[in-house]
Amino acid sequence: MIRFKVNGKERTFDGDPDMPLLWYLRDVAELTGTKFGCGMSLCGACTVHQNGAAIRSCTTAMKEVGGAEITTIEGIAPMHPVQKAWMEIRVPQCGYCQTGQIMQAIALLKDNKNPSDQEIDTAMSGNLCRCGTYQRIRAAIHQAAKESA
Amino acid sequence: MKHIENVSGHVSRRGFLHGALVSGVFVLSARFVPEPLFAAEGEAAAAPFEPALWMSIASDGAVTIVAHRSEMGCGSRTALPLVVADELDADWSKVRLDQAIGDPKYGEQDTDGSHSVRTSFDLMRQVGATGRVMLISAAAAQWGVSPKDCTTEPHFVLHRASGRKLGYGEVAAAAAKLPVPKKEDVPLKPRSEWRYIGKESNSLFDLPEIVTGKAIFGMDATMPGMVYASVEHPPVLGQKIKSYDDKATLKVPGVQKTLTIDTFKPPHQFQPLGGVAVIADNTWAAFKGRKSLKIEWDSSPHSVYNSAPFRKTLEATSRQPGKVVRNVGDVDAAFAKGGKIVEAEYYTPHLAHVSMEPPVAVAEYRDGKVLAWAPTQNPQAVQETIAGVLGIKKEDVTCHVTLLGGGFGRKSKPDQVAEAAVLSKQLGKPVKVVWSREDDIRFDFFHSVAAMYMKAAIGPDGKPTAWLQRTVYPPINSTFDVSAKYAEDEMGLGWNNLPFDIANHRAENGPADFHVRIGWLRSVANVYHAFAIHSFADELAHAAKKDSVQYLLDLIGPPRIVPLAYKEEEADEKQRYPLDTARLRRVVEIAAEKSGWGKRSMELGKGRGMGIAAHRSFLTYVATVVEVEVDGKGQVHIPNVWTAVDAGTVVSPDNVRNQFEGAAVFGTSLALFGEITATNGVIDQSNFNNHQITRMNRAPRHVDVHIVESEAPPAGAGEPGVPPFAPALFNAVFAATGKRVRELPLSKTKLV
Repeated sequence: MIRFKVNGKERTFDGDPDMPLLWYLRDVAELTGTKFGCGMSLCGACTVHQNGAAIRSCTTAMKEVGGAEITTIEGIAPMHPVQKAWMEIRVPQCGYCQTGQIMQAIALLKDNKNPSDQEIDTAMSGNLCRCGTYQRIRAAIHQAAKESA
Repeated sequence: MKHIENVSGHVSRRGFLHGALVSGVFVLSARFVPEPLFAAEGEAAAAPFEPALWMSIASDGAVTIVAHRSEMGCGSRTALPLVVADELDADWSKVRLDQAIGDPKYGEQDTDGSHSVRTSFDLMRQVGATGRVMLISAAAAQWGVSPKDCTTEPHFVLHRASGRKLGYGEVAAAAAKLPVPKKEDVPLKPRSEWRYIGKESNSLFDLPEIVTGKAIFGMDATMPGMVYASVEHPPVLGQKIKSYDDKATLKVPGVQKTLTIDTFKPPHQFQPLGGVAVIADNTWAAFKGRKSLKIEWDSSPHSVYNSAPFRKTLEATSRQPGKVVRNVGDVDAAFAKGGKIVEAEYYTPHLAHVSMEPPVAVAEYRDGKVLAWAPTQNPQAVQETIAGVLGIKKEDVTCHVTLLGGGFGRKSKPDQVAEAAVLSKQLGKPVKVVWSREDDIRFDFFHSVAAMYMKAAIGPDGKPTAWLQRTVYPPINSTFDVSAKYAEDEMGLGWNNLPFDIANHRAENGPADFHVRIGWLRSVANVYHAFAIHSFADELAHAAKKDSVQYLLDLIGPPRIVPLAYKEEEADEKQRYPLDTARLRRVVEIAAEKSGWGKRSMELGKGRGMGIAAHRSFLTYVATVVEVEVDGKGQVHIPNVWTAVDAGTVVSPDNVRNQFEGAAVFGTSLALFGEITATNGVIDQSNFNNHQITRMNRAPRHVDVHIVESEAPPAGAGEPGVPPFAPALFNAVFAATGKRVRELPLSKTKLV
């Protein structure tokens, strides 16, 4: 039996310990804001926080989350400054990757209150957006940093 | 493409009430526009004001507008209701959207070809304006005044003289009882009074749900009691199962059983590929179970497909005369006269769509009917495909449309929805089919591989006296006809409509066989056609020792309407969207000016350069200047992109800018990295590790989009940014390095 927390709520799991956290969140816990994109930690659509740090839930097995505090997009109280900036800059096109982008950006701003373009690139280049909203993502992160300052 | 005209005429209110409330009133096809009809829903006081198809107003003032186009990131779902709301003079904050199911009563619903706003703009205006006239009439009757003395402000009817006001909700029920006014009695707003159309403040309707994770994409759709399925497809197109062993699969925790799906009968169309489906309690178990399946496949004629020799075949064909698709003057006679001859060959590989959301769908078969939820660009194709595969009536397939996590043309083809329906029929319960990224890349409807041959003679003034172009690729029509070897509609995508002022010009198309499913990807054949044409234009500029921008303007020539042959179904394009070189020149001039062409390009220094290309596609004129920096390792960086766009009337300018910013990133992917290849019929790429798309650190740093103010009818926005990007980038690489690269992607060529 694996015990952990999702968005502050106690959870237990006794299924296949190899199941990635992503599929637990989506198919078992029905928290579908976390998206499937590649299954290999290559695209970042599945980004959630484990004890506050951004992780890829598609390659994090359930056996690795024992005792962890997991936060998904549903656990972010709206409107977080990052979400607000995303709205104001009107970042999304299709929107599918954006919850992963937002979770990655929130983690970045927690560690670095005022990231440079270079630092944003480094933190965000693991998150793919096929619609190509990178310019707006960068602008929104700068704006959220300013808002939070 | 689709000419819209109103041939349905007026249906009397009496006739309407005696017909079905929603359907059965209009006879519709893709060529017909439904006349908006309005009806009261019973006689109850709170009866909503119901324009039968497109909108309703509740007594509390809530306006519901039907979105009959899919949302895959281009903004159609928001843009069209905004047009209705504008003419209705509705308060947008009181508008809800109702996503239409697939149904021919809405006319054609395929969200592709950048045509949603273009083909529905006038109708949506009429729907909204009709509602406004009826609301005014109802309020005027209540006040006992003339409707002429009334006007509206958002969500209210106003009596000018007395200053009295009635909310839309208050008069909705009375308005619903009025006869539908004739079109000629429904004035449209002058442009100066538009509240939403063309305004910077417009944003996507679903934005709050998207940023909070509440938006429902196809991947998020569920049905009570559903099971999950993952399908192992035949590695080579057309293979059938010889035998398979699922013993190990069935031991995987969560796996329930395996089922087979028949391989399609050619032509493949949008039918399932066939294969073995693993049915499980959750997606992960289905994925895991698949890994231990042992399947023996039979042979397929397509296992001969190898990309390297296939390229040689295409190139050899391109060197031979092909089918003439446009002829002006006499190129052969002009070549015989001499002049400086320039020849070049270009090659572009297959590409995959790789929407961030892989194909997915949930469907239930019950009592001979299918209910499906899918991220589809074309819900009517879902109906047709499932009906065909299961042998049921199209009307017995109900397709709900979720948000799409990208589409780019892939999600016009509903093979995965049909898989879910086929499996549900076998199982007797709802099935959710989830494709992995590997499935998505290996079993795409691929953007075609293409070879182009170009030849020109340059006269004493540097301008071409003759221009011959040949293009060869497996055509999209092979999807529907296994014997198809020549392109059809692709010719109109930047090949039979060269807008250059050249006395002798011939465009040809050569034959090619298909070995994988060929589909349309964002801007389709324009990608390879524009790459060849605009790379070649730059080569000629260099051969003539002219500045690239000036040379491009000289090639385009004086402002004029380019005479083109139109098909019957292109009457709308011929009349309302003639190919106007004045508009093309203008975007070139603007892009050049915004980029500081000339001054800036001179000052860039070693390893840096700028390139330009201008291409009209989906009736939108686009010029793009790309600036590159090639570093010591030969890696290309893109500090700046400037794009000028004339898309006619624009509904949401900020969203259009977003589309063109995105097109620069999409263009970067195909220019720098994109390549799908096959070995013995099996696709070599499978995920983002071996099929790279642009990440933030390789994307253009700055994309500046300038929208040309225009009162011309609306044209396309989703696709037209893509075609000029790669040639502009490659022309910039030439300016930076002196290397002329004639094949995509750039990663295959060493620059240092």
